[in-house]
Amino acid sequence: MEATLDLVVPILAATLRVAAPLILAALAGLFAERSGVVDVGLEGKMLFAAFAAAATAAVTGSAWAGLGAAILASSALALIHAFACVTLRGSQVVSGMAINVLAAGLSATLALAWFRQGGQTPPLTGAARFAPIPLPGAEWIAEVPLLGRLLVGVVGGHAMPVYVAFALVPLAAFVLWRTRFGLRLRACGENPGAVDAAGVSVARLRYAGVLIAGVLCGIAGAAISTAQGAQFSPEMTAGRGFIALAALIVANWKPWPVLWTCLGFGLLDAVAIRLQGVPVPGLGVPFPVQAIQALPYVLTVILLAGFVGRATAPRAAGVPYVKER
Amino acid sequence: MNRELPRWADLALLPALNLLLALGVSALVVLAAGESPAAALQALAIGSFGSWDSVGYTLFYATDMAFAGLAVAIAFKCGLFNIGVEGQAAIGGLGLALVMLGLDSTLPAALVVILAVAAGALAGAAYGAIPGWLQARRGSHVVITTIMFNFIAASLLVYLLVNVLIEPGQMAPETRRFAVGLPPLSDFGFPGRSPVNLALPLALLAALAVWVLVWRTPWGYGLRVVGSNPDAAAYAGIDQGRRIIAAMAISGALAAGIAVNELLGSQDKLILNFTGGAGFTGIAVALMGRNHPVGVLLAALLFGALAQGGAELAFEMPDLPRETVMVVQGLVILFTGALGALFRAPLSRLLGA
Repeated sequence: MEATLDLVVPILAATLRVAAPLILAALAGLFAERSGVVDVGLEGKMLFAAFAAAATAAVTGSAWAGLGAAILASSALALIHAFACVTLRGSQVVSGMAINVLAAGLSATLALAWFRQGGQTPPLTGAARFAPIPLPGAEWIAEVPLLGRLLVGVVGGHAMPVYVAFALVPLAAFVLWRTRFGLRLRACGENPGAVDAAGVSVARLRYAGVLIAGVLCGIAGAAISTAQGAQFSPEMTAGRGFIALAALIVANWKPWPVLWTCLGFGLLDAVAIRLQGVPVPGLGVPFPVQAIQALPYVLTVILLAGFVGRATAPRAAGVPYVKER
Repeated sequence: MNRELPRWADLALLPALNLLLALGVSALVVLAAGESPAAALQALAIGSFGSWDSVGYTLFYATDMAFAGLAVAIAFKCGLFNIGVEGQAAIGGLGLALVMLGLDSTLPAALVVILAVAAGALAGAAYGAIPGWLQARRGSHVVITTIMFNFIAASLLVYLLVNVLIEPGQMAPETRRFAVGLPPLSDFGFPGRSPVNLALPLALLAALAVWVLVWRTPWGYGLRVVGSNPDAAAYAGIDQGRRIIAAMAISGALAAGIAVNELLGSQDKLILNFTGGAGFTGIAVALMGRNHPVGVLLAALLFGALAQGGAELAFEMPDLPRETVMVVQGLVILFTGALGALFRAPLSRLLGA
């Protein structure tokens, strides 16, 4: 029993840790795409935010200042995206890719020039990082057999952004499905003409959706460089933005399934790290970790192809809205 | 409002304006990095065209960009946005390497190289055709599937290079060296020492072939109709699905040209991440080149110069990394692709009077 727990608790704890930025980025994509603006620039916004957070935290010594800078930096990119997609009705995918390339170049250039440490920011310590928060009353909860250890080891001991990510799922579900703003936002992604006919500004709602995505990507980036990690290094988001995009599709553009999918992808990642270099029993060859890592992408393609289940994107996503004259 | 721009303005003035704007904003970034934009620009220019060696490197990188740009452009012409050039080039490189590793010591050099190029193109085409098929027959959006296919290809390549194709006794995830390869242009009298090789004329041939196929054949006309007006294509009895699959296959085959240039022309072995992001730069190349082979070649030269100049820039100015040129690339994609309408209206008002 103890041996199983020793194995399972770290894997589950890592699952939550890895899933948190995915959840934030996938919720970001959810708001943007539900409003009708496709966002393939989640990766770039996260990367730039990760840099802004680590750089600001390194200079000011405050993780909170870093978080603020991350949200500002990511929102600035989101504003460009909204201007290109909504105001100028440009190609949403091209704009997203431009943001990815731009963010990779900007973060690497400024990191090297400002800190002169080979493209990294200085290591963060103390208040410049979001420290793990132990579960309140951990000492006596741990006494409870089995459940106690799971609670303390898996649920407790994460940094603030992890809890924020999980708390945002019900909030997003409430905002999108239980408020007037949410109804209008979703309508913009399905039938913007109807929203317009009702006298509500499609452009304003789409700006809102894209900017909310910017804020959420900002938190995700700060989580990566100031909570999970302790500095920024080039390309540190390593495709998480695209995994989040995959999660959004597998979750069929719905908040609660986003949570389950991101947890699933997080578990895959945590298991893959565990299995690195472990031989397959009976075969003697190393375990094909890459197969596990590629699974989210394969799963997304299968779902998109409609072989199993069906992924239905918001109907008007990707289509610029032209108001009739 | 919707006046057409004169042709010269659309083809030359607008791209030039977009490039100037991108360079202008990049200059601000260089300033923010604490360096002089003028000095950086000078280092870029000397680094890319200052000597025969650097011209050779510029042309070498331009070859990658030309293949990538053509791949993106032909898909664009069919109304498809192929973000999967990176993955298609990787799988193309795998096909090419398998032929080289299997046959390079048994067959005559010229024959094995031709076979390897063909195998690379076929592998790239197959890997491009799958997302094309998924789009045409299953309605899965090609943008998303090609993004996913990039990661699947990368995982496959890492697995194979780490576990299967690695040279025994070596630590680095690379195959053994190929016995033969594409000869460098210096063998034919090109001055200086650089890896620019026979893949460059191959890229020029590919551009010509794309031009003939897309602009001078009935089949290519159908492709452009599918791209610009799917309803008209359906009404004219053009099988859209088959055009989409074929366009993606050709796009994938062109993407494999990056593998030919890098692996057969320079590395002489299969390595990880040999594309160096050229697949994504191809988007900028195609957008700037207006999806026309001539434009793509010119834009490829520009981005080849940026790639080579960027490497020299990093050497000359230690505070600016190679990634600085990605800022220029990203801005060019942004200005030409997504913010294209920014100048169109004011320009047409200015010129159309």
